Amino acid sequence: MSPRFRRCGDRAVLVELGGAAEVLALYDTLSADPPPGVTDILPAARTLLVRFEPPAHRGTVEAAVLNARPSRGRSAGTGEVTVPVVYDGADLADVAALTGLSEREVVTAHTGTPWTVAFSGFAPGFAYLIGGHPRLRVPRRSESRVRVPAGAVALAAGFSAVYPRESPGGWRLIGRTELTVWDVHADPPALLRPGMRVRFAEARDG
Amino acid sequence: MGEAVRLLEVVATGPLASVQDLGRPGRGDLGVGRSGAADRGALRLANRLLANPETAAALEVTLGGLAVRAHGDLLVALSGAPCPATVTDASGRARGIGHHAVERLPDGATLRLGVPGSGLRTYLAVRGGLEVPEVLGSRATDIMAGLGPELPRPGTLLPVGPPPDRFPGVDLAPVAEPGEDAPVLGVLPGPRDDWFGADALRVLCSAPYEVTADSNRVGMRLRGPVLERVRGEELPPEGMVPGALQVPPSGQPTLFLADHPVTGGYPVIAVVCSRDVDRAAQVRPGQRIRFRLGAR
Repeated sequence: MSPRFRRCGDRAVLVELGGAAEVLALYDTLSADPPPGVTDILPAARTLLVRFEPPAHRGTVEAAVLNARPSRGRSAGTGEVTVPVVYDGADLADVAALTGLSEREVVTAHTGTPWTVAFSGFAPGFAYLIGGHPRLRVPRRSESRVRVPAGAVALAAGFSAVYPRESPGGWRLIGRTELTVWDVHADPPALLRPGMRVRFAEARDG
Repeated sequence: MGEAVRLLEVVATGPLASVQDLGRPGRGDLGVGRSGAADRGALRLANRLLANPETAAALEVTLGGLAVRAHGDLLVALSGAPCPATVTDASGRARGIGHHAVERLPDGATLRLGVPGSGLRTYLAVRGGLEVPEVLGSRATDIMAGLGPELPRPGTLLPVGPPPDRFPGVDLAPVAEPGEDAPVLGVLPGPRDDWFGADALRVLCSAPYEVTADSNRVGMRLRGPVLERVRGEELPPEGMVPGALQVPPSGQPTLFLADHPVTGGYPVIAVVCSRDVDRAAQVRPGQRIRFRLGAR
C-alpha cells in the first residue's frame, strides 16, 4: 500500500501504512538517516508518526517518506532477545479458559512462535509484541489492576508485553521474568525496541 | 560570585512545582515522551533574560505559592503567569520584584510567589540553570511516565550551575499577559477528523469549552459541545503530539499537554497549532477556551 499522509498539527505528519511490517520497514529506513529537522519517528500499529521542527516542514517530511527505500539488512532495532519466563501468572487460568487451551498449551503457544516488537507506548520501555500464536488473542481484563509488578509477562488484544516497571495495568498476566527490560541508566534504556525479535522460553522458578 | 556552592533551597512549593527544561525529544519510539515545560516559550524567555542557554532547567510553578531561599548570590527571572513576587533579604528587608525582569537574589534572601492574577504556570529561572541530574538527557520531570527528578519538597536543595560566559542583555522583556477571558486557539483538522460527523469540526469551533478541574501536565479535560463519532470501531494505538484533541466515547475532548501519552487509542479530531499550545497551558481550570480553524 502506498503511504497515506494525515495531517497532525503543524509539527507532525501521521503516515498511514498497510500494517506492522510496512511500518517497521519505513521506521528502519527513516531512523537510519533521519531528514534534517525530524525529531521523533514513532511507529505504532498501522501508522508512523514523524515529528519535526523547522526548517523541516510537511513537504520535506512527506518527500522523505515517499523516497524512502527499504533498507537492506535492518539497521535500527535489529537483534533477537530471549526472555526467560516463569509461567505462574495470576490470569493464566483465565487465559486458558478464554482460549480453550490448557494452561500447559498456553505456555507452549507463547513460547512456540517468535514475536516482534511492533511499537512502544503506555510507559517507557513498554513494548507491544506481535506475531504470536493466533489462539492467544484475549481481551483486556474488565478492570485494571492498580499494581502490576515489574517483569510481569502479559497478553491482551493479540499483543504480548513485559511490564517494564511496577505500574497499573489491565493486561492478563501469564508469568514473570527476571530480565530487566527498562533501565534509565542504560543506553538505550529499553531492551525491547521496534523491529526486534523476541522469543519467550520457559524458566524454572528460583 | 566566585566558585562558592550556589543552591536554591525550596521552602514551599505551592500546589505543584517541578523542574523542567525543553524535555527529551527523540525517544518516542522507546515509549518515552518529550515532557519539558508546559509553556515552552515562557521557559525559553526566562532563560534568555539571564543569558542562559534556552535548554537550561528552571522551576515550573503551578498557581504560585513557591518560596525559595538563595545559598550564594543568584540572578533570577520570572516568566509565564505573572504573580506578586517578594524578595526578603537576610536582614528581613522586603521588596517586590518584577516579572520578565532580571533580579538579584542575594545569599540568604527568600523569594516568595503569591497567586497569579491570570495564567496558571510561572517559571523561575536562575542564571546558570538548575543542575539536578539528567535522566535520558533531560532534567524534566515527566509526571505520567515517572521520569526525571523527584518533585521538589520543602527542604529540597537544587544545585545551580556555573553562570554562562555571556551577560544578560536586557533588564526587562515586555510581554502581553495571559489574561484573555476565553483565549482563541487555532486548530488544524486531523489526523482523524473523518471519524466524526461532517459537522463535528464546526461544532468544535462553535462554542467555548470549559477547562475542567481534571487537568494537569498530561492534558486538559474539556467540557462543551459533544463531538459525535460516525465510526464505532476501535482505533489501533497511534502516535500523539502536544495539542492533540483526543475524543473518547463521551464526545468531550481532552487537549494533550507536555506529559501526554506517547501513543493513544482514541481518535484525534484536530490539533492545536504549536504556537498556541503554550497559551493553552496557561488556561486555568474553570476558564473557557475557544477553537478556531486554521493557524493564527
